Amino acid sequence: MIKSKRAEFLERSSYRQRRIRDGARLLPIVALVLMILPLMWPRNSPEQNQTSDGIIYIFGLWIFLVFVSLFLSRVLRFSDPSRDEEARIPRGGE
Amino acid sequence: MISFNLLIFVSLAYVAFLFLVAFAAERRSAQGKTGWLRSSTIYTLSLSIYCTAWTFYGAVGYAARSGLEYLTIYLGPTLVMIGWWWLVRKLVRIGRTQRLTSIADLISSRYGKSTVLGVLVTVLAIVGTTPYIALQLQSVTQSIGVFAASSGETWLPRDLNSAAMWVAVGLAVFTVVFGTRNLDAHERHHGIVLAIAVEAVVKLFALMAVGIFVVWGIAGGVGPTLDLIDASAQSQWNPVSGRWIGLIFVSAGAFLCLPRMFQVLVVENSDERVLGTASWAFPAYLLLMSLFVMPIAVVGLDLMPEGSNPDLFVVTLPLSEGRQGLAILSFLGGFSSATSMVIVATLALATMVSNHIIVPSWLNARTPGAVVSGDVRRVVVISRRISIGVILAFGYIYFRLSGGGTALAVIGLVSFMGVVQVLPAMIGGVFWRGANRWGAGAGLIVGFTVWAWTNFLPSFGIDGAISQAVFEHGPFGIGWLRPQALFGITGMDPFVHALFWSMFLNTTAFMVVSILTFPNPLERLQGAQFVNVFDYSSGARTWSQSAAQAEDLLVMAQRILGGSVAQATFRAEAKSQGKAGFLPDVTPDFIGRLERELSGSVGAATAHAMIGQLTEGTMVSVEDLIAVADETAQIMEYSNELEAKSAEQERTARALLEANEKLTALSIQKDAFLSQISHELRTPMTSIRSFSDILRDSEVEDEARKRFAGIIHEESNRLTRLLDDLLDLGVLESGQVQLNMGQGSLADVLDRAVIASGADTGKLSILRKPGAEAILVQTDLDRLAQVFINLISNAAKYCASETPQLRITVREIDGETVVDFCDNGAGIPKESQSMIFEKFSRLEDEGKAGGAGLGLAICRQIMGALGGDVIYLPGQGGAAFRVTLPKTQALAAQ
Repeated sequence: MIKSKRAEFLERSSYRQRRIRDGARLLPIVALVLMILPLMWPRNSPEQNQTSDGIIYIFGLWIFLVFVSLFLSRVLRFSDPSRDEEARIPRGGE
Repeated sequence: MISFNLLIFVSLAYVAFLFLVAFAAERRSAQGKTGWLRSSTIYTLSLSIYCTAWTFYGAVGYAARSGLEYLTIYLGPTLVMIGWWWLVRKLVRIGRTQRLTSIADLISSRYGKSTVLGVLVTVLAIVGTTPYIALQLQSVTQSIGVFAASSGETWLPRDLNSAAMWVAVGLAVFTVVFGTRNLDAHERHHGIVLAIAVEAVVKLFALMAVGIFVVWGIAGGVGPTLDLIDASAQSQWNPVSGRWIGLIFVSAGAFLCLPRMFQVLVVENSDERVLGTASWAFPAYLLLMSLFVMPIAVVGLDLMPEGSNPDLFVVTLPLSEGRQGLAILSFLGGFSSATSMVIVATLALATMVSNHIIVPSWLNARTPGAVVSGDVRRVVVISRRISIGVILAFGYIYFRLSGGGTALAVIGLVSFMGVVQVLPAMIGGVFWRGANRWGAGAGLIVGFTVWAWTNFLPSFGIDGAISQAVFEHGPFGIGWLRPQALFGITGMDPFVHALFWSMFLNTTAFMVVSILTFPNPLERLQGAQFVNVFDYSSGARTWSQSAAQAEDLLVMAQRILGGSVAQATFRAEAKSQGKAGFLPDVTPDFIGRLERELSGSVGAATAHAMIGQLTEGTMVSVEDLIAVADETAQIMEYSNELEAKSAEQERTARALLEANEKLTALSIQKDAFLSQISHELRTPMTSIRSFSDILRDSEVEDEARKRFAGIIHEESNRLTRLLDDLLDLGVLESGQVQLNMGQGSLADVLDRAVIASGADTGKLSILRKPGAEAILVQTDLDRLAQVFINLISNAAKYCASETPQLRITVREIDGETVVDFCDNGAGIPKESQSMIFEKFSRLEDEGKAGGAGLGLAICRQIMGALGGDVIYLPGQGGAAFRVTLPKTQALAAQ
């Protein structure tokens, strides 16, 4: 019910925070696509099809995801100042 | 050869160590030193109960049988954790604001604190988890059996069974001691959490130790290991699309829905911020746990004798290589995996059973006196302890009945798919306000049934729970109900088949029924609070004005929360209301808060029911919902008003500023006017006086006298005109002008004006369109003519063209008649356009025009008095004026 009015244009740092959140939302989707990508690999000969390649790909992807997630968790702030300020007005004293 | 007794001794020592760790943690938290117990490290490690014995032993078996497919089980949770901003964060926030005690509580609370749904989810969870607990017991006894065999002792099945029983009893004691200490689930189980964090480290360390030993100790490095993999039976990786995607989905869903995962992920979470760390640290943990699985499996297949159980390679490989220390470490790792899972799963299930089944039944059985008599607190604790015992007994019985033969991975997957049936109701409840309890119930029942029929019962094998005839021909010969070929669709992988149908039918039933039915007010309120959890600071009220007495509520609260906690709560509330003592006013807000406190101990449904008894069912109604919405709307309106007010103030300030400027300008103008007027009057007076002086004092020739008299006459005429104009302007400006309203043709008025201005005889040629001028006007025709005369004579005077022309155009714009006077002269410079209607404003030297500069000012005043307007029309190639006739007075000639 309470849709606190949000500012339409933000200062630079808040804007960056929003985009980082977009990134955090995007990450699992990209990750899922990359995880099911091997299903589309060509498998015409045993050489194209080795388990070791799969291991290297999946674990490489995994490490990449861990680091992206680590980066995002470092730069993500939990509260959105531009929003909290406005949310405080209708709330009043609790 | 390892001494079997040594193993038993090490295990017991390890268990004793865990007890000590848990005791220490409880002591610290009792002293209020919970700082690092709530750290993100502990939280991340506690999440690792996802990795049970199924991971520790089973993953290697899985990899030995199906290659890389085992990775899906860890990729799913990885997705959930790196996507924490979507869902986990929201669940944690909801868990805290609603004080959820379990996943059953989440579903029950979201759907109007429904007891039935709580029971449903609880039953589902028990059915889904019991085999899993059995699996843990089995893996521990199997690994003990391995050591027994290697030390030369022969273990009969009876010995294995008794070992399983002792393990179960030990776990029950641990869980009872540390799991039922605090009643309020939100006081959190620091002892258990720390113990499982320690176990998480032990199992990771053990598995990695075995892995490193296998890769560098046996295979000889990374390269040779990869070569070995490519030379093994699992050298080819042919993932089956349906299974690969389906398994990622199931593991991701189970990560959220497994009761034990919900317990550590949501219930034990005390601070959202630890999620940021867990979002990368937990995937990293899973990565390390799965890293060495494939090498261990391949090396095991290579080295171990034909027919040995790949599920136990983690223990048997080091043993066969004579590394007894490593084998014991590995055993402890498996033991840790199994025990931590059993402890948390049992605790979570016991909470669910006691909150959703036992306590509600107990309350029902004792109505109406339930609240007044009997210590609920004791009942809850005892029921929880009994539940723990019963659940572990179930696990043990299942272990005995199943005979411990099935491959670990199969039991794990069956269990996962069972609990994932809660997922649609959970996701729907958190993101879709339209989801209601009928839909949730329908989805759960349908999903549960389909899962049981296509996955759970067939997992007992052909002729196990379902006979071969039913597998082949369906129940009662109904072919489209065959458990592995529903609706006659054959050829699907049984796992994909079961997953697809159970999830599809579950979700469909959930959504369709939700759409078709109507939720009750409490559901709608809860729905709004769950879906918009980030917009609410605290829970909205669920009670309207109540009949309950503060004292009754205190009595009840004491029985659930315990005396001191309840009294502190009431005292704080009274203080915040500005009252002394322990009894605050019973406001709806207070009851709502109290209910949330209680639900942290006994679950939302029970807390709601108990409060309901005291408040005599004065629960929230649709009207209250609307009132809440109204309050919100009022607040928003108020803030909008404030905004509007500040905008208005800004406007006023601007207007004031403008007025001030105008006043300043006016005062300057007034000075200018006075000096102008004196100047205008003095010039003719001066010439009249001097010429009359000459005539009086000196002899003048006749011709000169005539000329001087003429000048005097001319100047007095000019003076008279000026005075006339001034008087006229004065009358017009004061608004006391007398209008002689009449009716006439616009063409006539223009004709008169042209003649009166004398322009028709001069150099100026006037272009008109008589057809357009045939308009009847009702106004003061003389005054209108005066305006026209002024404009025409201005053109005659100022138009600087060689062949001066004045075009007079009459036309209708937006229903108003306008008359444009455009000449072909130089026009008026832009900066002067705003001034020309002011008094005494002249553009060029006055001598040329001979006027006082009052004409246009008078024109504007006249048109104003007539209800029309005259403006300067820029951009017409010359000076152009537009006279707008008053609307109502312009009539069509016909």
